[in-house]
Amino acid sequence: MNALKSDAPVADAPVADAPVTDSALSPAWARVQLALLVLAVDPAGLGGLWLRARVGPVREAVIAGLAAVPLPVRRLHPGLGDEALFGGLDLTATLAEGRQVRTEGILARPSLLLLTMAERCPPGLAARLAQALDRPRHALVALDEGAEAEEVLPPVLADRLALFLALDDIPLAERVPLSLDAPVIAAARLRLGRVRVPERAATVLTGVAASLGIDSLRAPLLALRLARVLAALRGHSGVRREDISTAAELVFAHRATRWPEVVDAPPPAPEPEPDQPSDTQGESRPGPEDIPEELILAAVRAALPQSLLDRLAAARVARASAGATGAGEARAGQRHGRPLAARPGPPSAGQRLDLIATLRAAAPWQRIRREAALADRLVHIRPSDLRIKRHEDRSERVVIFAVDASGSAALARLAEAKGAVELLLARAYAKRDHVALIAFRGAGAELMLPPTRSLVQTKRRLAGLPGGGGTPLAAALQLAQATAVRARAKGLTPILAPRRKPPQRPGRDAAFRRW
Amino acid sequence: MTKPAPKLPTPRQPFPFSAIVGQGDMKTAMILTAIDPGIGGVLVFGDRGTGKSTAVRALAALLPPIEAVEGCPINAPRRELCPDWAEITSDRIVTRPTPVVDLPLGVTEDRVVGALDIERALTRGEKAFEPGLLARANRGYLYIDEVNLLEDNIVDLLLDVAQSGENVVEREGLSIRHPARFVLVGSGNPEEGELRPQLLDRFGLSVEVTSPRDIDTRVEVIRRRDAYENQYDKFMKTWRVQDSDLQARILAARVALPKLKTPGAVLHDCAALCLALGSDGLRGELTLLRAARALAAYEGDASVQRRHLRQVAPMALSHRLRRDPLDEAGSAARVARTLGEVLP
Repeated sequence: MNALKSDAPVADAPVADAPVTDSALSPAWARVQLALLVLAVDPAGLGGLWLRARVGPVREAVIAGLAAVPLPVRRLHPGLGDEALFGGLDLTATLAEGRQVRTEGILARPSLLLLTMAERCPPGLAARLAQALDRPRHALVALDEGAEAEEVLPPVLADRLALFLALDDIPLAERVPLSLDAPVIAAARLRLGRVRVPERAATVLTGVAASLGIDSLRAPLLALRLARVLAALRGHSGVRREDISTAAELVFAHRATRWPEVVDAPPPAPEPEPDQPSDTQGESRPGPEDIPEELILAAVRAALPQSLLDRLAAARVARASAGATGAGEARAGQRHGRPLAARPGPPSAGQRLDLIATLRAAAPWQRIRREAALADRLVHIRPSDLRIKRHEDRSERVVIFAVDASGSAALARLAEAKGAVELLLARAYAKRDHVALIAFRGAGAELMLPPTRSLVQTKRRLAGLPGGGGTPLAAALQLAQATAVRARAKGLTPILAPRRKPPQRPGRDAAFRRW
Repeated sequence: MTKPAPKLPTPRQPFPFSAIVGQGDMKTAMILTAIDPGIGGVLVFGDRGTGKSTAVRALAALLPPIEAVEGCPINAPRRELCPDWAEITSDRIVTRPTPVVDLPLGVTEDRVVGALDIERALTRGEKAFEPGLLARANRGYLYIDEVNLLEDNIVDLLLDVAQSGENVVEREGLSIRHPARFVLVGSGNPEEGELRPQLLDRFGLSVEVTSPRDIDTRVEVIRRRDAYENQYDKFMKTWRVQDSDLQARILAARVALPKLKTPGAVLHDCAALCLALGSDGLRGELTLLRAARALAAYEGDASVQRRHLRQVAPMALSHRLRRDPLDEAGSAARVARTLGEVLP
């Protein structure tokens, strides 16, 4: 830490104060510019950026701004295979050179990974990318075009990306050229290693994250990292209060799962004492030691419109419960899904030849065959070598439960109905089906749980199901159908199981049967 | 325009094991398997950002080195145990760190079990075996991150090998078998998908981790991680000492383990507990006892006592119970409840 004292060599270096506080920019656009600046300074440390926006000139402008990030851009798409990511056998070169030549995977070198259609990223790919991000070499920009609330980036990735930008609310008129000065960025990068962090910064950021209901500890870590970057960018020698506040805004706003109601009062969390006996450099303490959490909370709150936050929170819940299905792809034919091991056999209709496996099978015999062969060929392949590609091809079922939680049912036997549903659930579990839960009562029906395989979740929702109100059967059936249609679009086979109290009014039960 | 090249971080050692804040159960479970690999591995399930992967990667630094024949692909301790196909000529025994092999999610079957050595097949027309990850993990650890997302065909393969301790390769005209005894360590997030019960059973211990709930602990996590990232040398200097202390303790426990006494009453307790919980088979009892012995050795006791059993019972048994998918509290709570009844 002692080496950090001299500020002299960096005093003349360019500082980003001007562009960061440029009054010509609209607040939303200034935020975009700031996000890109910090990303350019420390791409790997910050993990990356979650960019939720539809395709359009605004998004294009932001993507163009990514050129300031000092990493080569590699585009990924959700269907990407492992060979492209991690590299594989280079067949032509292998055969030509007579030794094994491997292609380099995308993840082999530090790069800026641009994941298109991130909302459709399957859990397998998300997990691989998350593992890649855990070693801080790459940065990921997830282009999330999700139109509906439940179509969002997989949480395992969202958790690792410090920054979030939603562009759909930014009018085209606000889009002005971004000023991302290379010298400013380079100077900030130089300063970054020497930025001092006051003792209390970690405490404050953790406290704010906790009062916003953010569980993952990556959030305060990323915020601390970002505060450092901001201080470097603004030419501060240590992290100041405004750096912490901006960092909290950028990192926490979209992760918040609850809002402390009274922002002016101190948060309920016990405030650790602000004494700093361990601060060895009292004379050069970087910022005001008193950084009130309330102020930072208020800043975070102001950062994003509430409606957007609500939507995101809902989406997060939906996504978290969507479990292993992710944004499921259509599972049809032999050409989709995750590849399985190749199988011997001639390719017929709808089946594709696995070239590498075929060559692999043929390889050991080459020398023998060459000696026995009449024609001089580079590779000797016999029908017995042929291998065909296989893909995981499984259409899964989703059982949609529609539970009557109306007042009459609640009075009579809601508990029994719950019990019955639980039994059905257990059966669904045994068959590895997905389960969705719809409850109808009062004024309408509600999708309590989008299709998921997590029984624990279903059970929890079911147990917490309140009773009371009217019986909006039509709404329930409509919602059930909508859920079924959506499930089918994802390649699942929907099955409907309406559950209500035992028949008392024949008319309505007849409706069930007809349906 | 030339872009300034990003400064690459120098290769770093993983975050030190002793510096992990809290998560006592997870750390205990890992130390126990390090003392007695026969316990059969650890499964860590929990939320995002709770230090699952960090702990597993840190484990490698704690494991004492092994002795193996130089150049042997399966880390055989003696020359005569080296497989023929490896064509080992050296007689030298070298010390190498306990292998901790990462099984990446996207791994192919070829890479796991080993396959035909294409290079030699192409150039010399020879059928040679290129060993896979299972060979490398022999006598060491096999770590699977996001174990619940692993492809089914790879899981099948692992189940078989983990059971038999032998990898049998019958493909592409090769017929090869070699020992593959490893400790399976898995981690995952249950929200992303369920783990097959068969694979679950292959793990000796299982622990669930959650994010710490109190602010001070959380702040401490952030502080240490920040120090690791930004004052690496200083941080490692502090914690490396603690790690080597821990390693010494593990080694001492390994020595003490065979001499440990197991009173009949403890065996009785084990059986009573497993009976009351209705765990399938006897593997539960055996693991429970082994884990309790390892814990007693680690704590420097001369004999296994009931309190050791009590401490390891949840991690040894909770994943072996016949699963009730609708049991909200989870099986750990069931074990705790039964513990209170059976071993007051």
